[in-house]
Amino acid sequence: MLTISSVGRRFPTGTEALRDASLRLNAGDFVALLGPSGCGKSTLLRLIAGLDRPDSGTLTWDAGQPPAPGEVGYVFQDATLLPWASTADNVWLPLRLRGISRDQAEPAIAAVLARVGLKGFESSRPRQLSGGMRMRVSIARALVTKPRLLLMDEPFAALDEFTRHKLQADLLALHASIGCTVVFVTHSIYEAAFLARRVVLMTPRPGRIAREMDSSVSHSADTRLDPAYAALVAEISQAMEAELR
Amino acid sequence: MIPRIAPFFFGLLALVLWESVVRLAEVPVYILPGPLAVVGAFLADPGGLLVSLASTLTVTFVALLVAAVLGGSMAIAMATSRMAQAAIQPWAVALQVTPLPAIAPLIIIWVGDPFTSLVVCATIVAFFPLFANTATGLASPPPELGDLFGLYGAGRWKTLVLLRLPAALPYFLSGLRISGGLALVGAVVAELVAGSGGFASGLAYRILEASFRLEMPRMFAALVLLAVAGISINFGLGAFGRAVLRRWGDG
Repeated sequence: MLTISSVGRRFPTGTEALRDASLRLNAGDFVALLGPSGCGKSTLLRLIAGLDRPDSGTLTWDAGQPPAPGEVGYVFQDATLLPWASTADNVWLPLRLRGISRDQAEPAIAAVLARVGLKGFESSRPRQLSGGMRMRVSIARALVTKPRLLLMDEPFAALDEFTRHKLQADLLALHASIGCTVVFVTHSIYEAAFLARRVVLMTPRPGRIAREMDSSVSHSADTRLDPAYAALVAEISQAMEAELR
Repeated sequence: MIPRIAPFFFGLLALVLWESVVRLAEVPVYILPGPLAVVGAFLADPGGLLVSLASTLTVTFVALLVAAVLGGSMAIAMATSRMAQAAIQPWAVALQVTPLPAIAPLIIIWVGDPFTSLVVCATIVAFFPLFANTATGLASPPPELGDLFGLYGAGRWKTLVLLRLPAALPYFLSGLRISGGLALVGAVVAELVAGSGGFASGLAYRILEASFRLEMPRMFAALVLLAVAGISINFGLGAFGRAVLRRWGDG
């Protein structure tokens, strides 16, 4: 889908957020960008989304051109919903910005809300929903345009552990059924090991990609009890420690 | 229940105390009239005072309307263009820190027409909270939402209409409430400065007139009317703001 070669980004403040980062994204991938704060993982995600431009290096899309609006979904750490709009209207937003009327969008909104488990909450306002449900709305909003690429920037970091586990499991189910490519930024080794097929370790000052690790953890209801999962967590932890030393 | 009636009870107590002190100490009416004398002065000429109140309120509301339109549109202009922001911001602050009584005489001379000059004075005072609040509200959405709009190809116009204006509405409404009170103050100050050379019909003019004639009860009656008007404007605009927000579903 995308080849990132030797990408660098330096902010006007002088901070080198990213140096010489190279990464290959294939269709259907579930990639976790894992590292401590300041390692450039969010910067890399913003570059992929086209929200920022690299100072050096290139992003080459297999399609020959960057994705059109709606082909990329983006989920932030906060749900970032419009507080005055209902659940359905919040999910409508990406379609509305492309000139699609509410009536035309209705089937897509209903389908995606059912997918994320928010059926019956169409007319609720964000403040009436829990943090986990707001994040579901945010995910539904990212999915309503049927994107080929879903970018997520620490989406579950602000949630409590029980809600986070539920949303992680639901995200895997969504990925399995939709089949879009996911790039997931996280600073949690457990989260990266649980979700990703490929874990990209990143280190700070300057932000760079240290190494990539493939996961063979089989995803099931009790993945967290799987010895392969525990082994992967340990392997990532050791690798991270070695890289940060 | 008790906290709600407490202010009324306290007010009644103060009135009774005021009346008794005035009567027992035999304070002359040209120094301090009792509340009953004030009510008597109002009842002696309710029409005259109410017409004056209507005149002051007309100035207040016209000024508030002009300030809302000017303040709102200039904040929007500022939000959409950095150049406009650099050009407008310092002047808006300069206008805010200039005391109205100092510029009111100039305005009254320049504008000529008494009603218009009063409106201009009151508008100057009412402008800033509306302008500053709307500007703050327009800038209030988190940058991530701006990114999201950009991601879906929304231009400045769509971002303004679908994101920044709705976000600014509560800020604008609370600015309106603050400015409502200020517009009344501005109208009264301008009337006082204009004196007999002004519109000669507002409540502030009645206060001046009564003070020249040492008609203290009438002066107090006009003062009470002004206070009641100020309180009503504050509560009225507060209720208006809540109603608008409820209709918008963000109540």
